[in-house]
Order: sequence, then structure tokens, then C-alpha cells
Amino acid sequence: MELSAFAATTAKPRPQSRPDRLGSLLLAGPGLLWLTLLMAIPCLSLVAMALATRGQYGEVSWTFTLDNLKRLAGFGLFGWTPDLGLILLRSLLVAAITTLLCVALAYPLTFHIASRRPSVRVFWLILIIVPFWTNVVVRAYGWLLILAPQMPPARLAAYLGLIPEGAALYPGSLAVYLGMTTTFLPFMALPLYASVERLDPAIIEAARDLYANSLLIFWKVALPQTRPGLTVGVIMTFVPAMAMFVVTDILGGAKNMLIGNLIQQQFSQARDWPFGATLSLALMFLTLLSLTFWRLRNPDKRESS
Amino acid sequence: MSSLPRTLVAYASLILLYLPSLAVGVYSVNKARFGLAWRGFTLSWYKSLLENERILEAAWNSLLLACVSTVIATVLGTALALGLERSPWPKSCQRLFDTLINIPVVVPDIIMAVSLVLAMGVLRAISPIFELSLGALILGHVTFQISFVTLVVRSRLVSLSPETREAAQDLFASRLYHFWRVTLPLITPGVLAGAMLAFTLSLDDFIISFFLHGPESVTMPIYIFSSLKRGLTPETNALSTLTLLATVFLALLAERLTRRL
Repeated sequence: MELSAFAATTAKPRPQSRPDRLGSLLLAGPGLLWLTLLMAIPCLSLVAMALATRGQYGEVSWTFTLDNLKRLAGFGLFGWTPDLGLILLRSLLVAAITTLLCVALAYPLTFHIASRRPSVRVFWLILIIVPFWTNVVVRAYGWLLILAPQMPPARLAAYLGLIPEGAALYPGSLAVYLGMTTTFLPFMALPLYASVERLDPAIIEAARDLYANSLLIFWKVALPQTRPGLTVGVIMTFVPAMAMFVVTDILGGAKNMLIGNLIQQQFSQARDWPFGATLSLALMFLTLLSLTFWRLRNPDKRESS
Repeated sequence: MSSLPRTLVAYASLILLYLPSLAVGVYSVNKARFGLAWRGFTLSWYKSLLENERILEAAWNSLLLACVSTVIATVLGTALALGLERSPWPKSCQRLFDTLINIPVVVPDIIMAVSLVLAMGVLRAISPIFELSLGALILGHVTFQISFVTLVVRSRLVSLSPETREAAQDLFASRLYHFWRVTLPLITPGVLAGAMLAFTLSLDDFIISFFLHGPESVTMPIYIFSSLKRGLTPETNALSTLTLLATVFLALLAERLTRRL
């Protein structure tokens, strides 16, 4: 390292290799063009689409109005209804609760992993990464099997009188949160682990020596120290959870409609692309708003060392 | 936090993560055609899977889609990463390109899917080749795969020391020769890992395929989803188990390759 720095200062200036603009452009060009044409421009054109209207037969009619924004605010054909607002609120709530549940599981989990021997740690991490790669549809379907009427969980619930005899534990909130939490737990646990692993156990011991209880240690020591990982985990969980519609569709049924399901409907049954675009933008906006709120509440203090 | 509750939560989390896949696997070898009671071990559902033409077609579509889109995305993504390395463009341009590459990673799938539907709508007006078919799915998958390939290859490129290029130049190697004999062999594990990642992402993708598929381009996850709506059959279990095993195997292989980096 030092040697090469020394060499760099003493060596006589070599003619710098000219930046090869043409070569770079030829290499990067096709990929950039692809992403621009199929990703950037369509994303931006969502805004134009949101201002258009649905034609009589489901085609897009380019008469620009603010009707879709009005519909988003809840003003439909028959006056104001809270339906859409409720769906948006429910989406926020489901994403927030899912994130919270993931945090609640991920902290003990990552602390447990970090306290193992290094070889065992790798094993645990692989165990967490594998479900991350399995298909969302298949896993939601697995929960359908487990929560079926004949299985022990539903039998137990029926025995306790929580559900009628012979009923399944889906569709409902329990099924949705089980599905959502297990889908997103790896997204929360992996970034969080990166922070937890670097936590100095001596600090926690010091806190314990000073008679801090577990809760206080977590709140005053562990939480502030692991905030960078927590923030990444929250983003990686909350953003896709807001947009999720497969898990909620399979496990939640029609009563638990979320914004993701609504967007999907606009592009299938309803054939209303402009309103679908409006809803997509609303989803983006809500997500960004929530993350900004998180950032403001949890300022990411860079370590000064 | 004291140790016992922590350990309990850790093991409970693992159980929750694996329970659904395990249930699917167990029922895929259960003799019962209807109901969920255990009636003994059988592999007959796997056999009848091979006789179901619609399932075979979905499997073929998934495989073809994953192979074609991965090849295109790996070539484009690797070239993109190489082109942006030592980029001769000004900082602001560089930042714009970085944003472009990161869009598919940070934007929710469903927004990507919706914008791809819009893009296909425009393309369809130009030419009927872009009808909702396997072609549209390939275009869509390549779009999100490029970014992941680029990011993986890039992380490999960053770790290459600039000295190799200087050494090659000192030895009067041409740029092309240097690329062919030095850079490419060094980044090959990164390219392979990126390709494997892209392949897994394509096999695993549901949302983007769901928005872009047509009646003739049903992939495995879409087939499973729609057969959930039509009613469950033991073949669905067998199919799901095979899909799970395939993705897990590929993902672990990709992990291996990345670890070697």
C-alpha cells in the first residue's frame, strides 16, 4: 500500500490512458437504452396516464382531467365514499404492522445468531436466506394447507370457541399477518444482523453492571447502536409490504382488499389504466411519505469515528 | 434480553419460515386425493404431473423465459457494468445512470409491472409482435434483471486492482487483448453469480409475469396461483415442491459462486 503510493509519487508521469468514450458508450449504451425505454420513460409516463381518462370500452382516452385525483379523494359517481380511503389506510396499517412484527421477531433472532460461534452463525444465516428465495405464491399456499379446518391450529381455535367448528383460519387477519411476516422476515433480519453483529457485547455488559434492566438496555443501548441496519430493514420490508397483493389475495380474501389488489384490478377486470396509474402514484407517494416520516423520527447519525 | 426467550423466538422464527414450504412438501407425497389427512406415502402425484400437458407447458414457459431473458440480461448488464467502469462522463451523468440502474431494485414490483404494461401498450401499437406473450414477458424480465446483473458484476469490478490494467499496458497489450485475457477471466465468477441471480429472480417472479402474461404464456407461479383459485389438487403440491427445490438449488449455487468472489 505505502509502497505503491511511494511508487506513484516517484515514477515519472506515464501518459494517462485516454478515457475511451466511444468504447464505454458502446458497452453501456444498449443497457442504458433498454432501461430508459422500458423503465424510466414508462415510469414517468404514469403521471400522464393518471391524468387521462378511461374510454367507453376500456381504452385510454387522452382527454386530460383531474377526475382520477377526485376519485382518489373518494368522490365517485354517487358522491363521497370512504371506501378508497379505507383501502389506503388499511394498506398502510398492514404494512406497518407487518414491519413491526418483523422487527419484533428479527431482534431476538439476530441477537441469538450473533451470540453463536462463527461457524454456527453462517449456518443460521443460510437458513434465513433460503426462504428468501422460495416463491411467494407457494409459501402463501403452504399457509392455506396449515390453516385448513382439519389441521391442529384450526381444531384448537374451534375447541376454544374462537371459530365455528369445521371452519378454517383463513381468510382473515391472522392468516394475512402470518403470511406477510414470514414473507418479509428475511428482508428485515439480514440487514439488521449486519448491525447487530457489530454491536460490542462489552457495552451491554457495562449497562448490565450499572443495573440497567433488559428493556432499558435495549432502548438505550441496542436500539441506537443498530439503527442503520434497522432503517435498511424497515425500508426493505415496508416498501414491498405496501405493494404486496399476492399474499393478501390468497390469505386475506375479498374483505381485506389492499391498494395492490386494487391496482391489479384496474389492469385486469376493470380495464381502467388511467385510474390504475393514479393508484400506483398514490402508492409511491404514500410509501415515500412514510419513509420520510421514519427518517425524521430516526435520524441516521453517522458514526463520527 | 435474557437468553431463553431470545432462543425461543429465534427457533420459532425458523419454524415459521419453513412451516409453509414443509407443509407443501409433505402433502405432495400424501396418498389422499381429497382432504388433508395422511393416507400414506406416494410419488404418484409427481408421475401424474408429467402427464398434465398444461403443467408441462407452464414449466417449459418458465424455463424458456428464464433462459432467454437471463442470457440477454447478462450480456447487457455485464456490458453496462464494464462501460460505466472508469466512466469518462461527468459526475452528474454518472449519478443519472446510477439512478437508472437502481430503479428496479428500489421501486416496488407492482409499479414496475404497471409501467411495463404501459410500455407494452405503446409497443403493441407499433408492432403486433409485442402482443402479451412470452416475448412481452422476456422484455419485462430482462428489464429488472439487467440492474441486478450490473450491480453484481460492478461489485466484482470494483475489487479488481487498477494495477492489472497498468501492467497490461506496460506490456503493450491492446485494450481488447487486456479485456479478453485479463478482465474477463477475473470477472467471470461475478458474471456467473449475476446470471444465476437473474435466473432465480426470473423463475421466482410472480407480479411482473402476472401483469404481462397472455393465455399462451402462463408460467409456473402463475399456474400455481390460478390453480389455487380453481381448487387445489395434489399435483399443485408436487409442482410447488419442485419449483421450491429448483429455486433453492439455484440460489445456493449462486451463493457459492458469490462466496468465491
